Amino acid sequence: MPDVTFVESLRMTLKEEMERDPSLMLIGEDIGRYGGIFGVTKGLLEEFGPHRVRSTPISESAIIGSALGAAMTGIRTVAEIMYVDFTTCAMDQIVNQVAKMRYMSGGKAKIPLVIRTQEGGGRGNAAQHSQSLEALFLHIPGLKIVMPSTPYDARGLLKTAIREENPVMFIEHKLLYATKGFIPDGEFLIPFGQADVKRKGKDVTVIAISYMVTKALRAAERLAEEGVDVEVIDLRTLLPLDFETLLQSIHKTNRVVIVHEGCKRGGIGAEIACNIMEEAFDFLDAPIQRVGALNVPIPYSEPLENAVIPSEEEIATAVKKVLYRT
Amino acid sequence: MREITFSEAIREALREEMKRDETVFLMGEDIGRFGGVFGVTKGLVDEFGEERIRDTPISETALVGGAVGASITGTRPVVEIMFADFLAICMDEVHHKAGKWRYSHGGQFKLPLVIRTAMGHVFGAGPEHSECPEAFYLHSTGLKIVLPSTPYDAKGLLKTAIRDDNPILFFEHKLLYNMKGPVPEKEYLIPFGKADIKRNGKDVTIVTYSFMTHEILEASEILSKDGIEAEVIDLRTLSPMDRGTVVDSVKKTNRVVIVEEGNLTGGVGAEIAAWIMEEAFDFLDAPVRRVASKNVPIPFNPIMEGFVIPNTGDIIRAIKEVIQIDH
Amino acid sequence: MKISEEKLLWIYTKMLTQRMLEEKILELIPTGKLTGHFHLGIGEEATFIGACAALEDKDYLLPTHRGLGCVIGKGISLNKIMADIYGKATGTTKGKGGVLRICDASLGVLGLSATLGGIFPIAMGAALSSKLLKDARITLAIFGDGQSNRGTFHEALNLASVWELPVVYLCENNHYAISMPQRKAMAIKNIADRAKGYGIPGKVVDGNDALAVYKITLEAVNRAREGKGPSLIEAKTYRWRPHYEGEGATYRDTKEVVAWKKRCPIRRFRKSLIDLKLLDPLQDEKIKERIAQEIDEAVKFAEESPMPRPEDALDDLFSSSIME
Repeated sequence: MPDVTFVESLRMTLKEEMERDPSLMLIGEDIGRYGGIFGVTKGLLEEFGPHRVRSTPISESAIIGSALGAAMTGIRTVAEIMYVDFTTCAMDQIVNQVAKMRYMSGGKAKIPLVIRTQEGGGRGNAAQHSQSLEALFLHIPGLKIVMPSTPYDARGLLKTAIREENPVMFIEHKLLYATKGFIPDGEFLIPFGQADVKRKGKDVTVIAISYMVTKALRAAERLAEEGVDVEVIDLRTLLPLDFETLLQSIHKTNRVVIVHEGCKRGGIGAEIACNIMEEAFDFLDAPIQRVGALNVPIPYSEPLENAVIPSEEEIATAVKKVLYRT
Repeated sequence: MREITFSEAIREALREEMKRDETVFLMGEDIGRFGGVFGVTKGLVDEFGEERIRDTPISETALVGGAVGASITGTRPVVEIMFADFLAICMDEVHHKAGKWRYSHGGQFKLPLVIRTAMGHVFGAGPEHSECPEAFYLHSTGLKIVLPSTPYDAKGLLKTAIRDDNPILFFEHKLLYNMKGPVPEKEYLIPFGKADIKRNGKDVTIVTYSFMTHEILEASEILSKDGIEAEVIDLRTLSPMDRGTVVDSVKKTNRVVIVEEGNLTGGVGAEIAAWIMEEAFDFLDAPVRRVASKNVPIPFNPIMEGFVIPNTGDIIRAIKEVIQIDH
Repeated sequence: MKISEEKLLWIYTKMLTQRMLEEKILELIPTGKLTGHFHLGIGEEATFIGACAALEDKDYLLPTHRGLGCVIGKGISLNKIMADIYGKATGTTKGKGGVLRICDASLGVLGLSATLGGIFPIAMGAALSSKLLKDARITLAIFGDGQSNRGTFHEALNLASVWELPVVYLCENNHYAISMPQRKAMAIKNIADRAKGYGIPGKVVDGNDALAVYKITLEAVNRAREGKGPSLIEAKTYRWRPHYEGEGATYRDTKEVVAWKKRCPIRRFRKSLIDLKLLDPLQDEKIKERIAQEIDEAVKFAEESPMPRPEDALDDLFSSSIME
């Protein structure tokens, strides 16, 4: 198969899963004839009809609430929230209903629900269309969190997510949609809790997820020219987290940088850094460096946005900092 | 010095600030004649009238969104969200509207608003009435976060909060409402970003806030008998956060335990532990230890609730572990 | 109702200004000098300008994201508007908020919630301040049909009507959210019908008739100022452009777009002015020239203005507190 885009990868996967499971329903804003704001669901309405591809009004709490209700009563559902920023409009449904329903029912309710959304800045979309909010979902017990960085990972992880019996936050990134990658023929699933070493190296472990993997890899290429050999680990799923792979790398390099696009304060880097400190304190030759966005809303103007969102330079600087520390 | 309850201290602060500034007003569910579900606003409607003490329908987005609109047009709302769990219902209003309005509009507006809310377990309130959700708002931008642990702190911090021109989340722990403590008659304010060392010690630094402060003080007394002297730092405010006091303590004790009531993964403790490592790595003789609730919703049954939420025993165990490690 | 000649010409000039400014933006987009996305309001000028014409300077406005009519109607200078569009430090948001959040505290333009639905409670809150401070201001909130389906609409209108707050909620119903047609997004025909559920007046108006919009908004504004509480107005109109410039998908019937373009609100208003002998072709030319010049100056101002410095990204998060 020739290289496909991230969008095409998602679309073909949704199509296959809808063919496989006749109960599978999609629900979201502008996902029908419009094909989704980034084109992910293009053509699916024509193929599966309006009962299985449901466009809604601007009603995030109704989207998630009804998706939960449907999933709990036999209809496997993939709900789309157009921008991750809008999940705050349905946070009660996500935190108090979706995440807790199984627990509150004493384990009786099965919730085959995937909430697809997308995050990230870099397009001048300003404060409420550019955020990265995965850290909020990390703090909510009861959700799994998946954030693929390649078309290959997107496909395998989405299949796993749809076949799950638990709620999954499937967070895509707007700057990845047009990227291309290789996908083998036939079906494959990628299990959750399996990180992927995207670049092997011996000097520093750089842990990243989603679009930051792309930036980390670019930073790694530049650093290679300076004789620094960076290992880049793509977490792929935040919850469950593949700690084993991280530990193996840290035992080798003894130096860690964690990169994420969400704000540094209270970001996913804090939790990962803590876990590493708790489990591998003796292997650290330097304090862990976290690279995250500045603690301000994402501004509109280009120089301001670039100053706020982590750059390749910042990643490279963090790697050097962690290396030249005695 | 006279002793009053946490609840009375908050009421006094509200009353004094409303007397001082006519533009301060309250909104919330059942805060008027009913006096608030925890009795905090009892009697205020008789004193200030229904124009300034406004009961609302069940409408959290209107409460917080309305507070944003009012605060950018000349008044100073103090709204009550009955249970902190309900902040999720109006999270867009808290995170995006209150937190980002000033910045996104180039600093043209100020938002002098306070959101008071009751958090924490209270034995059998169940999964949607027992949360401590402050970690979500630590990750937000543009919000100040205040969590007093004593009547004295509550009054001084609330007065500061009401006079601050910024949006503030003021978390009151339910189990503190009836706790008594010394509160001066004379007016005083407590600035944000200043932690309070509730107990001095040389062996281990405990960082905490709100209700857990008291569990830790209890644990510290028990440990003292074993010759372990804990230094207990009550942060009081998470944003701004007093790093200086914490780092000074770590330099002295070289061992840290962070205790919070929210669940562990992605909690406040993670952020604090991460920057302690960044700023005081060389002073750590052991990894920073976190004590927090288990990663499940708070169950209804009090026995299970007790298992999920950290208690004195958990804290003692954590402190002993951190002291026994030798690197 | 007697309307002054001055007011009529003002309405005309402002509608033209919106149209010509947005056409300028269309010219500038391919040059790559502008950041972000643009949600133009060409075709809806009568709704925005007609409504703003009913406000006094001291009144509050919460604008919609659709086009620039609101901020033009409330008096923000073209220079500042352009600077915001270019993301420059001289804009009203100093580069932080972009085209959507053009605002001015001194003119009562309170800003915008980009998470749609945020407007309703905030407008309610601004009106509450007016009631408490007894400052005789009213608040006008302009929003699209799409966002009226958020739960915040219900909470805010309900509470505003219970408290009889001085707020006017005006829906610019252009029949589409993004691609979701209004007729499929609700079981009722008119959004204004929801007013019954709140015990307030709900009126439908031809959104392409600037004078009709002005009159009906003024009625609601006066009602609010007299302490009688909120109103809901629905102006039926249509956007000529896609939801945002560069949108790939097509979901509207070309015939429908063409039919609405024939009902151009500016052409219609011009005809009435000519019939009233308040405008002749020479005056019309002069007005257009003046606006074109203002726009060119605004573009020049924006292009020559400095970009914000990267470190400016850390400013304006908090206000300095008051501690006495």
